[in-house]
Amino acid sequence: MTATRYVFPHKHLLGIEPLSGQDITALLDQAQAFEEVCERPSIKIVPALRKKLVVNLFFENSTRTRNSFEIAEKRLSAEIINFDADTSSLNKGETLIDTAMNLQAMHPDLIVMRHSAPGAHALLSRHMQASIINAGDGSHEHPTQALLDAYTLRKRFGKLEGLRVAIVGDIRNSRVVRSNLWLLTRMGAKVTLVGPPTLVPQEMKATWPTIDICHDFDAVIPTQDAIMMLRAQFERGTGAYIPGQGEYSRFFQLNSARMKQAKKDVVVLHPGPINRGLEITSEVADGPNNLILDQVTNGVPVRMAVLYLLSNQHGEQVP
Amino acid sequence: MPAAPCPMDPGQMETTLRRMAADLVAQLKPQEEVVLLGIRSRGLPLAERLATLLRTTTGAQVPVGALDITLYRDDLTEMVGSPIVRPTEIPFTLKDRTVILVDDVLYTGRTVRSALDALLDHGRPHRVMLLVLADRSGRELPIQADFAGVRVEVPPGHRVAVRLREIDGVDGITVEAC
Repeated sequence: MTATRYVFPHKHLLGIEPLSGQDITALLDQAQAFEEVCERPSIKIVPALRKKLVVNLFFENSTRTRNSFEIAEKRLSAEIINFDADTSSLNKGETLIDTAMNLQAMHPDLIVMRHSAPGAHALLSRHMQASIINAGDGSHEHPTQALLDAYTLRKRFGKLEGLRVAIVGDIRNSRVVRSNLWLLTRMGAKVTLVGPPTLVPQEMKATWPTIDICHDFDAVIPTQDAIMMLRAQFERGTGAYIPGQGEYSRFFQLNSARMKQAKKDVVVLHPGPINRGLEITSEVADGPNNLILDQVTNGVPVRMAVLYLLSNQHGEQVP
Repeated sequence: MPAAPCPMDPGQMETTLRRMAADLVAQLKPQEEVVLLGIRSRGLPLAERLATLLRTTTGAQVPVGALDITLYRDDLTEMVGSPIVRPTEIPFTLKDRTVILVDDVLYTGRTVRSALDALLDHGRPHRVMLLVLADRSGRELPIQADFAGVRVEVPPGHRVAVRLREIDGVDGITVEAC
């Protein structure tokens, strides 16, 4: 038969932290198989999740992640329910657990959730039979973003091990960083966090001892294979940590002058949405080294891989 | 069609593949544009070998693609743990082509049913023919092979094991207890 007998051992995707290197590789390899589906000139749909019910439960704003998940679900032939937090009973005072129990009563197979509270997914997973996929929980984790970043890097460089990756900007508030740190360090990449001292907590070295922290962007640029720019998240209070946007841009903006110091084949990533002219200039964001839209494209097969590998996890599993 | 032996040794497998390549050429009309699609995993090296035989005997360049049917299995949602899927590789059009679907063993017919669904999502061929190295008893769907290297009667509790040097290091067909 065609199946290799590795079975993905997790029932939920709550974060990258619980995944082994083998699990991450399996997810990325599966995404490669699904990329073929997405790139077909003909029918871009496979019947893998036929008869499965997926609930998209978004308590926080999201455009690309939610659309990306929904496209991934449609390409797998799943049945989809979009649960809109604005119109839900949460506004009437229902707790998260009660909302979850009500959803559970309708027997969904998979729940894709974004929530502002770190750990909301872990809480939910203890009350649900469905598999939970974390589409972002506060500033904790955003595992599918890290997986699509890794997929984009692996596709370009052929491997993750030994890659030098600088993650630049608003480290403190970023769930993307935390998921990427678990993933990249586990796969043997060399990560440097760059940003003003107020936005790069020194204690992150305690959790990820192999990383470097540097506050001088210009000193870091020449040695990097990839530069991952982060959005300055003013809606999460970033403004309180920096003197001003002009000052921030002067030291930490990726612009043409800084790109001249970089390796010729350096790649520029950004999880989006980008603040043009703030953390990155348009010349760089639209320039030849950017893989920003590749990241968006790759998000769909990566999420298909996650949905597929979690879709048949009956019975007792590792969380 | 001369009866091929089972169990089959490497030399007999080579002879059988040559005979099947010749049968294939005899069945095709000159204007047909032919492609070979190997069902992963053992159908693929068989398709590649047939393409080589067709090139050396007739000079025809026949494209070879790989089909992974996992996502189209009729028992997929009942399995515990999703089986790993490998990429389908069909870097050419199937529209109006004659597709030769290649697999190692034809048994229940369910793999071939999945493969037909999978390949039809890639385009509408002129016609599809099925070529298998071993055709055994036990069909559960109305599917038959157009070309079979060997027909095997398999006693209950036994299976046909096809081994190929590309995957298993050695060529051969045996009937083994499950």
